[in-house]
Amino acid sequence: MKIVTVRRIAQIFFFALFAWFCVVTTVGDRWWQLRGWPVNWLLQLDPLVALGTLLTTKTIYAGLLWALATVVLTILLGRFFCGWVCPFGALHQFIGWLGRRRKKHAERVAMNQYRNGQVIKYYILIAMLAAASGGLLAEVLRWPREKPVVGLVVLAASLILTLWFATRKVVSGWKQTAEWFAGLLFIGTALGFLVRPEVMVASSLQTGLLDPIPLIHRSMNLVILAAFDGVATASRFYVAAWSIAAVFFAALLLNLWIPRFYCRFICPLGALFGVLAHWTPWRIGKRQGECSGCELCENNCEGACDPFGKIHPHECLLCMNCLRACRQAQMTYGPNRSAAGEVPSPGLTRRGFLTAAVSGLAAVPVVRLAGSLNQNWNPGVVRPPGALAEEDFLSRCIKCGQCMRVCPTNIIQPATLEAGLEGLWTPLLNFRVGTSGCQLNCIACGNVCPTSAIRPLSLDEKLGRGKFEPSGPVRMGTAFVDRGRCLPWAMDVPCIVCQENCPVSPKAIYVREEFQVVRDGARTITAVAADSLTLDGAALRPGTLGTGDYFVRLETAPPVNAG
Amino acid sequence: VSQSNPLDRRDFLLRAAKAGAAIVAAGGAGLWLHDRKGPSANIVSETVSLPDFSLPSTGPKMSIITGADRVKTVNRALAALGGIERFIKSGDRVVLKVNAAFASPAALSATSHPDLVAEVTRLCLRAGAASVIVTDNPINDPPSCFSLTGIARAAEAAGAKIALPTPSSFKPTTLADATLDQGLAVVDRAVSRRDQAHRPRAGQEPQSQRRVLTMKNWYGLLGGRRNVFHQDINTIIFELARLVRPTLVILDGTTTMMTNGPTGGSLDDLKATNTMIASTDAVAADAFGATLLGKTAASLPFIGKAAAAGLGTADFESLNPARDHVDKMRKHRTFNIQHSGLTCQTSMDWALNVECWVLNVVPGDFPTTGGAP
Repeated sequence: MKIVTVRRIAQIFFFALFAWFCVVTTVGDRWWQLRGWPVNWLLQLDPLVALGTLLTTKTIYAGLLWALATVVLTILLGRFFCGWVCPFGALHQFIGWLGRRRKKHAERVAMNQYRNGQVIKYYILIAMLAAASGGLLAEVLRWPREKPVVGLVVLAASLILTLWFATRKVVSGWKQTAEWFAGLLFIGTALGFLVRPEVMVASSLQTGLLDPIPLIHRSMNLVILAAFDGVATASRFYVAAWSIAAVFFAALLLNLWIPRFYCRFICPLGALFGVLAHWTPWRIGKRQGECSGCELCENNCEGACDPFGKIHPHECLLCMNCLRACRQAQMTYGPNRSAAGEVPSPGLTRRGFLTAAVSGLAAVPVVRLAGSLNQNWNPGVVRPPGALAEEDFLSRCIKCGQCMRVCPTNIIQPATLEAGLEGLWTPLLNFRVGTSGCQLNCIACGNVCPTSAIRPLSLDEKLGRGKFEPSGPVRMGTAFVDRGRCLPWAMDVPCIVCQENCPVSPKAIYVREEFQVVRDGARTITAVAADSLTLDGAALRPGTLGTGDYFVRLETAPPVNAG
Repeated sequence: VSQSNPLDRRDFLLRAAKAGAAIVAAGGAGLWLHDRKGPSANIVSETVSLPDFSLPSTGPKMSIITGADRVKTVNRALAALGGIERFIKSGDRVVLKVNAAFASPAALSATSHPDLVAEVTRLCLRAGAASVIVTDNPINDPPSCFSLTGIARAAEAAGAKIALPTPSSFKPTTLADATLDQGLAVVDRAVSRRDQAHRPRAGQEPQSQRRVLTMKNWYGLLGGRRNVFHQDINTIIFELARLVRPTLVILDGTTTMMTNGPTGGSLDDLKATNTMIASTDAVAADAFGATLLGKTAASLPFIGKAAAAGLGTADFESLNPARDHVDKMRKHRTFNIQHSGLTCQTSMDWALNVECWVLNVVPGDFPTTGGAP
């Protein structure tokens, strides 16, 4: 079997697996429901999820350790994940193939040329990782103030080193790097003494916005499957689905212009793999520098890595199309670098790197100026049961939509801007959309959450039973009776819906009967028969009072329910 | 792997070695930082607790001095307790917790009077205090509160340092079985940090570090969401009294705000009550303060709660308070309001009315120094 056929089978397999996992992310014990399927496996294989949460929390949560397998294989083999595993990549590849089917050879080669813009994805990656590192940076910068003696020693040593390097006018090589390092160390240590970094920089995990695995999970869960759910069973609603769909379909349509546009220009995960692939022992390359120059190798090159000329190894997706296309068997995947030469780096400039890093770092405090974590907190932001405190929650949530998909009552909804810009597409409870509230005996969302932004609760913990009795049930928000809106209080209309719907036993909500004399409502009884009373005055207007809405009280008796 | 060119082979081996190193590094870091369990229910940052600043050696004592000149009355009140030297030893770092709640002029008596703050500062320094820190977390923004009340200028002129709280000055604290639970009550970190910074060096007597003077309400030690402090206010005040045990409290009743508190706003709200109270028992001081408001201790529930918890006695007469009188009683004295340049008739100081009184629960002041780490 040809290697390209194997790759296609792998792509179809992983895409089908992904789609299947999305489908079975449904509460239930049937074979097509949650039961024990490892529905987060692809998210766990995604090293950007692991790295992002590692930067914000300094830990790798449970199953996210799977990412290590991807990292190890990528370091050894190259970007196999992009070309062989990624379901989003498979979709791009398929649509790109559709779009260029009828195109001529020269046009296809032109579409698959390496473009300088492909470096943008590295900057996106850097900005996102920098935004996730703010808290870590603050912690490091705090050291000098917490250990002033050590700080002063470091300050003095780095200053001396910097001056020494500066006076010797080093220009290149490791000495220049060392000078930069010493200079930055000096500035960092000095800053630590001068400012309170913890109030200036903070972490925010935003990789999920563009990380392809959460992106395609979100799109599949909240757009594609939601649309089909409406056909098969009861309708599902997702309030921010339009914005998720817009990003998803825009990414797909861009393939008609440039194949794998998203992978080549935007994908931060691809950028991470590009960096990891820097030292791959085995790589794609030409056997000889000179060949016939037919450029068939670039006809279907997915990564636009220029295998004909000087190859960009960081861009190669290992699609292996060039191997198959070359009629002279020039292309190999082997231990040698391409005989036609390699471009040694992804093309990042120091200036670009710093711009991206500083922008990402600065964006978090700027966005937080809105105060949605503090004074301007929106009380409507009710997170699913077991969700961490807001700042910790935001440092873990990757906006994958797994909790929203699994929620049996559709009450978990993607936020638009309710929780601030940072909270885009994070889970919120929407009691208007939810069909029957947050089910008391359901703990699905926390147990499906891949990063523990929503903790995996046990039923005992959620309900405050057993050893959790002292802490009581998990609280998501605080409800109170608004007497200005509550029908009995505001309109004198009898209503007991909240009490009836209260799912706990004994009821947490109770009603009491309260009677008031309405205008002209006090009547005198003129005659009493066995089963009827005759009142004086004009006849009561029919239809104004229903059974239970009126009462009869002897004038001498104490008022009913006077309290 | 057959390679014709030795340079290529060398390149391959070098890359393979680097890749191997990267794998080992990534694997090591991944396994090291792996977290099987995930985050726990409540991520609670470290909590702090304030040490007990009261001095067991002094016992409960109280003095009630009448007179219109608060500089004289406070001197006499402290002398009646045995002198400030009984509370402040040489080298002590003193925190004065004043009431700077509102950015209003001292004339309106909504805040501690600058003269009193300055005088107590001077007394502390004269008794050998190494430093005096004046602080409060007021209702209006701290810088304008301290400047418009005149407290900052007066205190600094007397040699004190003003500590303005910022959001990062606060850390969570907790009290067993309290309504003020974790995350609600927060204590001025500036203070506890200072405690640490000024911990006595070896050879110094730790005991000598534990001095505190007090003037007003403990609310000013709290950060976070202020609205919760006014719900079930009597319990909260009582718990604050448990949280903060000062060395000494000074209750300035030279002027009492009888109505429209706690801000006041008119000189008509004030009444010259010409009394200065100093006490080591905050409950007793408050019980006496109630009488200045025309109330009894029994009508203010937090006093009863605090007394029942053993924080002090509501029966201030049982302390046998030293009573004295200084100066001629004056209804008013001429007072120049600095910023406006207006001269107006006023006799000023401490503001009391029901709400304000509540705020000033434990007219306390602040612990400073030393104490348990």
